[in-house]
Amino acid sequence: MTGGTADLLDACDLARSYMIRRGLLGRSTAVRAVDGVSLKLARGETLGLVGESGCGKSTTARLVLGIEPPDEGVVRFDGAAMPRSGTSAWATLRRRMQMVYQDPLQALDKRLTIGTQIAEPLDIHRIGTPAEREQRVAAVMAEVGLQPHHAGRHPQSLSGGQRQRAVIARALVTNPDLLVCDEPISALDVSIQALVLNLLMDLQERSGMGMLFVSHDLRAVRQISHRVAVMYLGRIVEEGEPDAVLHEPAHPYTQALVSAIPHPGKTASRVILQGDPPNPANRPTGCAFHPRCPVATATCRTETPDLKPRASDGRRVACHVAHGEASSARAPASLETC
Amino acid sequence: MLHYVLSRLLRAAVSIVMVVTFVFVVLRMSGDPATVIMGADAPPEAIDAFRKAWGLDQPVWIQYFAFFEAVFSGELGRSMRDGRDVVAVVLERVPSTLSLTVPAFLINIAVGIPAGVHAALHRNSLIDRCVMVMAVTGFAVPSFILAMLLVLIFSVNLGWLPSAGQDSWLNAILPIATMGFGGAALLARFTRSAMLEVLGQSYIRTASAKGLPWPAVVWRHALQNAAIPTITIIGFMLGGLVAGAVVVESVFSWPGVGRLLVVSVANRDLAVVQAIVLMIAMTMVAANMVVDVLYGLVDPRMQGQARGARR
Amino acid sequence: MAFIEIENLSVAFGRSMALRGINLSVERGEAVGLVGESGCGKSVTWLAALGLLPASATVRGSVWLDGKDILGAPKARLEPVRGGRIAMIFQDPAASLNPVHRIGRQIGEALTLHRRMKGEQARAEVIRLMDQVGIPDAKNRFNAYPHELSGGQNQRVMIAMALAGEPELLVADEPTTALDVTIQAQILDLLTTLRRDTGMAMVLISHDLGVVSETCSRIAVMYAGRIVEEAPSERMFSHPSHPYTRGLLGSLPPLTGPRQRLVAIPGSVPEAARMPKGCAFAPRCGLSTELCTDVDPTALPMADEHNAACIFAKPYQADIHLVRDRSAFIRERAMQ
Repeated sequence: MTGGTADLLDACDLARSYMIRRGLLGRSTAVRAVDGVSLKLARGETLGLVGESGCGKSTTARLVLGIEPPDEGVVRFDGAAMPRSGTSAWATLRRRMQMVYQDPLQALDKRLTIGTQIAEPLDIHRIGTPAEREQRVAAVMAEVGLQPHHAGRHPQSLSGGQRQRAVIARALVTNPDLLVCDEPISALDVSIQALVLNLLMDLQERSGMGMLFVSHDLRAVRQISHRVAVMYLGRIVEEGEPDAVLHEPAHPYTQALVSAIPHPGKTASRVILQGDPPNPANRPTGCAFHPRCPVATATCRTETPDLKPRASDGRRVACHVAHGEASSARAPASLETC
Repeated sequence: MLHYVLSRLLRAAVSIVMVVTFVFVVLRMSGDPATVIMGADAPPEAIDAFRKAWGLDQPVWIQYFAFFEAVFSGELGRSMRDGRDVVAVVLERVPSTLSLTVPAFLINIAVGIPAGVHAALHRNSLIDRCVMVMAVTGFAVPSFILAMLLVLIFSVNLGWLPSAGQDSWLNAILPIATMGFGGAALLARFTRSAMLEVLGQSYIRTASAKGLPWPAVVWRHALQNAAIPTITIIGFMLGGLVAGAVVVESVFSWPGVGRLLVVSVANRDLAVVQAIVLMIAMTMVAANMVVDVLYGLVDPRMQGQARGARR
Repeated sequence: MAFIEIENLSVAFGRSMALRGINLSVERGEAVGLVGESGCGKSVTWLAALGLLPASATVRGSVWLDGKDILGAPKARLEPVRGGRIAMIFQDPAASLNPVHRIGRQIGEALTLHRRMKGEQARAEVIRLMDQVGIPDAKNRFNAYPHELSGGQNQRVMIAMALAGEPELLVADEPTTALDVTIQAQILDLLTTLRRDTGMAMVLISHDLGVVSETCSRIAVMYAGRIVEEAPSERMFSHPSHPYTRGLLGSLPPLTGPRQRLVAIPGSVPEAARMPKGCAFAPRCGLSTELCTDVDPTALPMADEHNAACIFAKPYQADIHLVRDRSAFIRERAMQ
């Protein structure tokens, strides 16, 4: 490992738009999937990135890995700027940053055995001799809890949990410093989710890698993360310690998200947001959340709030009302969650 | 819907320009037309005269535009065999071809679609297996073999039907049967798999769960959805109305466009070949456009943003 | 008498046993949660009850509706029940609606079937139903196609369609699994409101104990084609008696308190074609003994209205009267 105190990952003001053309004669419009996202991640730390579909969390994950170039902003990995994707420098760096996907069956090749696929990153990056590679594959399989005989099996003959273990083993085989997990448990059954969460936490404890955990599941994010960032329409709207964010959410959107978590025995009254998650192609003015926000003011309709520390406790939040810059007719809902 | 149709028309126009360009390029690439047609040992003066007559002495881009002009004004030259206008030569054969392909096309649809639907609804039943065997046979046996088989049975052995020529309506029966069977088999296969796919969809379960009787589920919910992939195949068949009869017309000596194409290729009657190729290409483009418009009618998702109510 | 009573229902697809003897009843107006992981048979139970499984399935048992067995009943008797007395909504709302029909027509179809409404009358009722389930601008959305609506809106359309037949029971099969968290909250809230307003009973099928606990008064936990535990909601969480239920609860990351390792259930669900001998959960169970691989446990009372199918589950209510002596029962089963 190189570098010292510098953050493992430092992404600054990332923005990414997609052009969407409607029909053959239609005009193209730019859809801002990610709009000014900054995040930092230290070694041994897990950052949970939470949000609903279309909020840009998966795009952020791809930007951070350099799989897609940002339109604006810079990603620095271990103190150095991320090389452009496709260059050999980037390819070399990729062995230090790996990704775990949502659907293990799609992420794995049905025609190849699990062992071959786990060894693939070693083959691609030409790490070690064939004998060493074999050893490394066996070691990493043991680490994620796969039996040696699984190496010869094909993905479809494994259970969902075993498949996701194989995907994780493939990501870990090069001993990465950064692991980006994009909804790694949402395609799995509840009891298997717990196994994978335990596994990821154990692995991090052992290897000290940094982890970006992208999920819509606040419960899982609390379980695994040291810090959590909540995204809405391409921006981070709140960031802080998981317990602080979950128990005392500052942003009205986070409040609604937290109160929407179904939990056995939970009796607290629920904030129910009106309307659908907004369409990124049709972004509201000002604070993007204002059409669904129960405490929105006139300011919220016109001015986009910045993500900055709150005066009272230093919580980073992007909301005029939370910062006291706009007074609402209704006070922000005080929530007794859990 | 208007927006949708217009965009498809535009697409068809682009396709036609590309087709014409393609024909132009291919004809230029297959060698110097003058030497190809006049023969390599023709006197140079004759070749020069030929070039002048056809405009081949002009720069390529002028030839290109001249070609476009000729195509769109319908002046594609004269047949080298009898000196008549090629458009007239080709067009007079069209009714003859259509008298085979249109009835065959109707048979394809009238037999193929019900057979496919029925097979899908009674999967693994005796009827399903019969339909599948017929479909695979119709798919695997080339039409000239089927044609010869039919001739052998109905003309040679039984003596019921004539084997060649165009003397009476009886002559049309065997060619129509040949084409009708092959197309129906193809269509039955595609309809069956489209139908099976649709019957496995969640909205079919929804329709049953709301209490619709099964025939109504099939009629109202399954057929229209299964029509979407089937239309593609019908479009191909529609495009083949003019071109599809080359083999069958040859076997039965039926004086249609297909036979004219074969004869003209053999005689190196380039102007006629060119006219037929262009006509076939145009019918294909037209058929494609019909398919696109049908898609729009059957599948509201195709019209997309043409109507404003999105989200 | 219960509104519907499922008795010893079993379903097999070829040699795979999807259901292995389900006993479940739903009272009028009651909300029952049916919880379990994928493949445990929670959806199959209701598809089988309504005769919606493909012909390749072998279905046995009884489904008593008003004292009459509707399982395998002729179409003429089943069709008025489907969508009329018992309506169903499904997991993926976009895929569950016919993509080529306007949503108004799809809702109206149920009105024509069960309430013989047609024309303007049906149209007005469809718009009223769309209003009731909270679809904004119902008059204009009447002519929309499913692809023009969001997932949450499509699920509302499905609910409106289910309400059209004025059912006595709504079976909601994972109605919020494909939806975002905030939309899930909207839909669950809508279902609760509708139930309060119409008095219909509901069966909520879900893999998420949290979803079920907030919406239902009674919960049945399924594992590998069996109901392994059944109890009123609060008691399911205060006194989970079956090791599988405890495992499911332990798998759920807590929202408060110190963060500890989750108590996960090792292994994976057995394949339906290769069901283990004895208790199906034994291979994954921390408490299992040799006895568990011999005895296929039946449901035993833990307290009033609380049953668990585990030979080691102990009654926690003092006055619970066991039908027979437990040890004798176990011995007897072990001998077989």
